[in-house]
Amino acid sequence: MAEQKIPLWEVFIRSRNGLAHKHVGSLHAVDATMALQAARDVYTRRGEGLSLWVVPSAAIVASDPADKDVMFEPTASKIYRHPTFYEVPDEVGHM
Amino acid sequence: MYTQALNARDTTAPVAGPEEAARADRFQARIDAEERIEPNDWMPEAYRRTLTRQISQHAHSEIVGMLPEGNWITRAPTLKRKAALLAKVQDEAGHGLYLYSAAETLGTSREEMFDQLLAGRAKYSSIFNYPTLTWADIGAIGWLVDGAAIMNQIPLCRCSYGPYARAMVRVCKEESFHQRQGYEIMLTLCRGTPEQKAMAQDALNRWWWPCLMMFGPPDAESQHSDQSAKWKIKRFSNDELRQKFVDATVPQGQYLGLTFPDPDLAYDEAEGRWRYGTIDWEEFKQVLAGNGPCNRQRMKQRRDAHAAGAWVREAAMAHAAKRARRAEAAKAAALQQAA
Repeated sequence: MAEQKIPLWEVFIRSRNGLAHKHVGSLHAVDATMALQAARDVYTRRGEGLSLWVVPSAAIVASDPADKDVMFEPTASKIYRHPTFYEVPDEVGHM
Repeated sequence: MYTQALNARDTTAPVAGPEEAARADRFQARIDAEERIEPNDWMPEAYRRTLTRQISQHAHSEIVGMLPEGNWITRAPTLKRKAALLAKVQDEAGHGLYLYSAAETLGTSREEMFDQLLAGRAKYSSIFNYPTLTWADIGAIGWLVDGAAIMNQIPLCRCSYGPYARAMVRVCKEESFHQRQGYEIMLTLCRGTPEQKAMAQDALNRWWWPCLMMFGPPDAESQHSDQSAKWKIKRFSNDELRQKFVDATVPQGQYLGLTFPDPDLAYDEAEGRWRYGTIDWEEFKQVLAGNGPCNRQRMKQRRDAHAAGAWVREAAMAHAAKRARRAEAAKAAALQQAA
């Protein structure tokens, strides 16, 4: 039986105010309303959060893990970006 | 609720060229360094296949596992028990969904996995092919089946594949309620009338051996474990997990004042472990082969439910398409007006 595929959504939950929404998993739903409803049922049965985001998985643009060296390696050599790179005499106190 | 060590050895692996071999070595080095593998990372095809099979079988088990318990929702003895059982069965559905999502990240679609289950090409845990004859079976399932599942699933929280490990963390958090509610049902029955206690004993008698089979064939006979251990998918052998389960469960049964249906069950003082009798592996094979007491009924129920839901899926898709069309038309009309 060739049924039409139901789109995939990624689910994010804000566990409490002051924290960012965090990815918790994914689900299938035909539209945004049903995706929110399903996210509530599947991912928040025990007070996991105060706010839900659902995002069509197809809308996410991701970096390729194979490119991780090109993407992130250069920062490793830029130690002058960290406060500990700079010397401040003890007499100056906490800075 | 549960995954069983059912995977046959993967013999379809292609012969690797030198480049492939180098990638496989780097992959193994990552595993050895306890790094997690994520969906878009390179992985050997056999790793992908093994995990797809294991995670989808695990998901199928959760979904089929709703059937034996759903059987008692309308007949739960009190409102409290009914609410708890409803919540538990809903959790099993949730666990199935977390797991299908994790399996999908490996590249097999949800529809394909459903098809595999409904066509009888995919396996699910043998335990769900046993019937729930009395209310005490609901207690025994929570206490024993979920207890065995927890033993098996806790090490899976550290599985090398990230999405599977994360799904397991969620599942394990919820599973503890399942086991405790089951044990409480058993405790209540054991403190009740002699008939109620006899019902609890009967349930233990019927579920004990099938629960020991849940851990899969003995180590000497399970060929695939080596590779799964090397890939850190499986961290303990079938026999190790089975022994842990027996050691944890026997004292709980003794507290209930029940006896185990195994004349050879004895405490080994020197080893500090419970020795158990011989498991009937022929029964296990028969149940896996489709000849358990309820195999046909379970599959029929799943197929019927899927077929009965077809119009809902169809209608939801049509509704979403209609709404999208109307929104598009409204936007076009607004643009025209503005122009």
